[in-house]
Order: sequence, then structure tokens, then C-alpha cells
Amino acid sequence: MENAIEVKSLRKIFAGAKGAKTAVLKGVDFTVRKGEIFALLGSNGAGKTTTINILSTLLKSDEGSATVNGFDLLSQPGKIRQSISLTGQFAAVDEILTGRENVMLIAQLRNIPKPAQLADSLLERFGLTDAANKPAGTYSGGMKRRLDIAMGLVGKPAVIFLDEPTTGLDPEGRLEVWKTVKELADGGTTILLTTQYLEEAEQLAGRIAILHEGRIIANGTLEELKKLFPSAKVEYIEKQPTLEDIFLAIIGKKENT
Amino acid sequence: MKHTGILTGRLMKHILRSPDTIITVAITPIAMMLMFVYVFGGAVKTSLATNVNYVNYQLPGILLIAIASGIAYTAYRLLMDVQQGMFPRFNSMPIGRSAVLWSHVLTSLLSNMITIVIIILVALIMGFRSSAGILNWLVVMGILVLYTLALTWVAVIPGITAKSVEGASAFSYPLLFLPFLSSAFVPTQTMPIVLRVFAENQPVTSIVNSIRALLSNQPVGNEIWVALAWCVGIIAVAWFFAMRAYKSRI
Repeated sequence: MENAIEVKSLRKIFAGAKGAKTAVLKGVDFTVRKGEIFALLGSNGAGKTTTINILSTLLKSDEGSATVNGFDLLSQPGKIRQSISLTGQFAAVDEILTGRENVMLIAQLRNIPKPAQLADSLLERFGLTDAANKPAGTYSGGMKRRLDIAMGLVGKPAVIFLDEPTTGLDPEGRLEVWKTVKELADGGTTILLTTQYLEEAEQLAGRIAILHEGRIIANGTLEELKKLFPSAKVEYIEKQPTLEDIFLAIIGKKENT
Repeated sequence: MKHTGILTGRLMKHILRSPDTIITVAITPIAMMLMFVYVFGGAVKTSLATNVNYVNYQLPGILLIAIASGIAYTAYRLLMDVQQGMFPRFNSMPIGRSAVLWSHVLTSLLSNMITIVIIILVALIMGFRSSAGILNWLVVMGILVLYTLALTWVAVIPGITAKSVEGASAFSYPLLFLPFLSSAFVPTQTMPIVLRVFAENQPVTSIVNSIRALLSNQPVGNEIWVALAWCVGIIAVAWFFAMRAYKSRI
């Protein structure tokens, strides 16, 4: 199968204060297949955002090579920018413009014909039609994220980077985003997402790479990763609902009545 | 170019939807002009030549104050874009790398020019009269554009580097104050010597004197070259530091 992203021995060193140098990426290799959801799992400071920023042409790497959608990172950054969209760690929406104007703005910048129609259909798809003409600053965290992702879909990019798409969201907002991401992948879009939540990687990703202190220390499907551990012991324990289960159940009841 | 235009349209919407911006950049300078002309004007006139029209006299200073308050919002809008992560969003798109920054600069220029036209119209109602021809007016507009660009590039630096809204706008207070310590509202001869030396050697005095002379069809002399040198010099230095901040932060 063809690869949407190929990363080879990527290195990045940041110069800190007083000449101190920190190696953030110490030789990162991974490949993402076309149409899959690939998760970069790691704690804060592992180098996830740096990797995403390099692959989306915002940062230059110090060593190594990469291709995105078949284009070389060093020699064809313009082509890469045409085939990707980046949804950063914080929902980057213009809070003064309305949701509709936000989508239209991106459509105009990408030279899409009929930006207004595209905006209406994307907002409908993300359940934002009712809020379309309200300033994005009045949206909830989950709504801003959905608008953010909707803006990223303008021009149908082949590869979407989602940098910690659910950080800072409440449980409902997180479920909304998960549903959206799954739908995108079903439509054939390649998604590279970073997350620090194990559950998120487990829920969404076809394959998972664990990034730790600038290196990929494990890479594979969830099944493959599970095999790295000793075979499971069967134990019987009482299943307690997690606080999240309780919270969502109560909220769900309230909304249904 | 097209992308810069689209992004400038976005920022102009920000201004039109912010009553706070409109009040500060247009209404406040007009209120100050009313105060200078109708409250202080009578007293100041006694130290001016007999046939001086004080509305004409103070107008250049009011315009420079309006520009200084206008560019505080340039820094603010830039800071908002930095804080809300708009730069990575736009810079990972197939548009020119400098389009976003230039859209901020153009918005600053455009909005300040609109403010200037509004203030001149109000001044006309208050009795401002000019015997200047088209050429003089073009030179005046050219100086105002250069001054706006100079302060805009100064504003870009805190806009990119500031940690808070207060930090991003605090730099504009000294700039707002410069016209008061110049020949803008009173003749510098009336000031104590230390202040007078400062007033006569800071950029605003040469700019105010040039605009005043051009609008009243008087010979401008060397002062206009001093004014232009200040503007171009500030643009060059501020541009250097602004680009350095832009490259390291964004």
C-alpha cells in the first residue's frame, strides 16, 4: 500500500538560552499509510508538536528527510501545503468572525469557487448550522474545535494533522471530536494525530507510535503493541463505572428528558 | 497579493466590529481637538502671532496622536493572532509566508488613513482652512503614511513578543505623549530650556512643522528632510527588529 507520510531519521535541536542546546527529536522514523488514522502517543515534551510542525512545513528539521503525500519536505514545501491541513493544539479560529465567515475565509484563501456554499455544507456537516452566524468567540470549546476541523477540511486536503485535538475539551466535546475524526477517516482522508491520552489513541488509531524523549520506542497496531507485553492473565474484578461513565450517563439523561 | 487583500479584509472586519477601537482611534482625537481649540486655544493664542488660526495650528499634532493610538490596536490585533494560533494555521496553507504580517501592516495603514480623513473633515467644520495645492496635500499625505508605517513597524515588535494585552499596548503611551512635548500645540519657545531642547530635536516637531508649513503654503525648508529621515530611520530600525522577532517566534 502507498504511504501518505514517510519520515526518516528526523532530528531537531532547539537552541535555548545561553547557547544551551536541547535535542527534541533524536532520529524519528515512521510511516503513515494512505487513509489510516495514525497516532503519535507521548507525554508533554516528547516532541509530538515539533514533529507535526516539521511535517506541516512550519519548522525546518536539522537532519533527516520526509515526504508528505508523495512530496519531499525540503524541495516541495509548497506542494505539501496544498495537500495538508494543520489543526494546532489550540483551536485556531478567528473569534471575531462568525463561524460561517471563518470557513469562507479559508475557502477564499484556497481559491475555492463558491465559498459561501461550501461553508454552509461544512457547517451543516459539523452540526454548526444554528451557530453559523454567531461570532466564533461565543462558541463552546467543543464547537470551536469542530469549527477548527471544518476549516481544515476546506479544499479536501489528502492529509490532516491534528495536534492534540481534544486537549482542554470536556468529555462531551471529546466524544464529538472523536466521532468527527472517525468520519473523516471513513471518507479516505489520512490522519496523523498526536495525543497524550492513551484512551484516545486506542479509540481512534489504526496504528500507534509511542514517542518518548525524541525517539519512537514502539510502533504498530494496538494488537501488535499488546503482544509486546506478557500474555494477559484472566482475573475477575467487579466492573466499577468510571467517573466519566457516570458523568456522561447523567448528562445524557438530562438531555433526553 | 490577493491573499494579503483577503486577510486585510478580515482585519478590517475586526475594526468595524469593535466599538472600542472606533471610539479610541477616532472619537478620542476629535474630543482632544475640541478641547485644544475651545478650552486651551484662547490662552495659547496669546503666545502666537496675531493672525494664526489655532484650528490649523494644532491639527498636525492631533493627527499624529490619532496615529499613535491607532497603532496600539495594530499591536493588539497581532497579539490576538499570535495567541489564538492563527499564524500556524495560515502559514501551513498554500499562501505567501509574509501575507499575514503584511495584512496587519496594510490594515494599520488603511484604518489610520480613514481616521485621518475623518479628523480633517471635523476640523473643516471647526474652521480649519488650507491654501495648499494638490501637490502640498500629496506631500502631507506621504509624510502621514510614512509616520504611520514607522509606528506600525514599531507596533509589530510588541505585537509579536508581548505576553499580555497590557504589554502589547503599553509601548504606545510614550508615542501618544510625544506630540505634547513638541511644537504641536504650543510654540517650543515658551518651554523651559531642557524641555525645549528635547522638543526641538525629537521627530514629532519636524513632522508637525513640515505639515503645518505645507498646509499653509509656507516654505518648508530643511525641516522636511529631517522629518523624512526620522520616518525612514524608524522604519528601517523597527523593521529589522520586527522581522527578527517574527522569524524567531513564528
